Amino acid sequence: MNTQIKISEKPLCIQSCIDWVMTPQSGGIDVFIGTVRDATKGKNVLRLEFEAYEPMAVKEMEKIAAQAFEKWPVQKLLIHHRTGTLEVGEVPVVIAVSCAHRDAAFEACRFVIDTLKQTVPIWKKEVFEDGATWVAAHP
Amino acid sequence: MKVNVLAFGIAKDIFGGSTIALDLPGNKTSDLKAILEHQFPRLKLLRSYMIAVNNEYALDGHLISETDEIAIIPPVSGG
Repeated sequence: MNTQIKISEKPLCIQSCIDWVMTPQSGGIDVFIGTVRDATKGKNVLRLEFEAYEPMAVKEMEKIAAQAFEKWPVQKLLIHHRTGTLEVGEVPVVIAVSCAHRDAAFEACRFVIDTLKQTVPIWKKEVFEDGATWVAAHP
Repeated sequence: MKVNVLAFGIAKDIFGGSTIALDLPGNKTSDLKAILEHQFPRLKLLRSYMIAVNNEYALDGHLISETDEIAIIPPVSGG
């Protein structure tokens, strides 16, 4: 298999993601690492809580991966996403893409994270000192 | 027909639970949206929301049957 997709409550291991997409034919690996930021619009964020509709989220991520393989000469592609409570500095998402040349790797990796944010049924709640909100829920 | 609707994210807060049972007068996704919005007017305040049937996004004219897995998908925010 040239695609690995995973949703997990456990911390993600970035190095093993990179190792998994590495092939002898690869000339470059592009990696996107999402991290929990400590503030939104000037308000302190204490932590994020992620929830996924898992079977559908996996299906949507598989579609994104298939599109990336159609659009670019990708060798291996990995998407790992966490659920549950994440503290500032933790990693909710890792995307790794290997290609023979860097242009395709950069473009495919960006496509995967941008599309994931639009279509994959995963939600995050930002927890502040004085309450919590579901991100993007309201206009 | 009777259907169960799974809820995630803010929809869970609006429904007050992760699933609700509904009597659906009609068999289309748009019928489901109408009754959901009638019972839970807060849904109309969302940026948008989608219905998923059997793990796929469903358009308004999509036909629903009692055995389908139906979910309400509020605006996603993964990554």
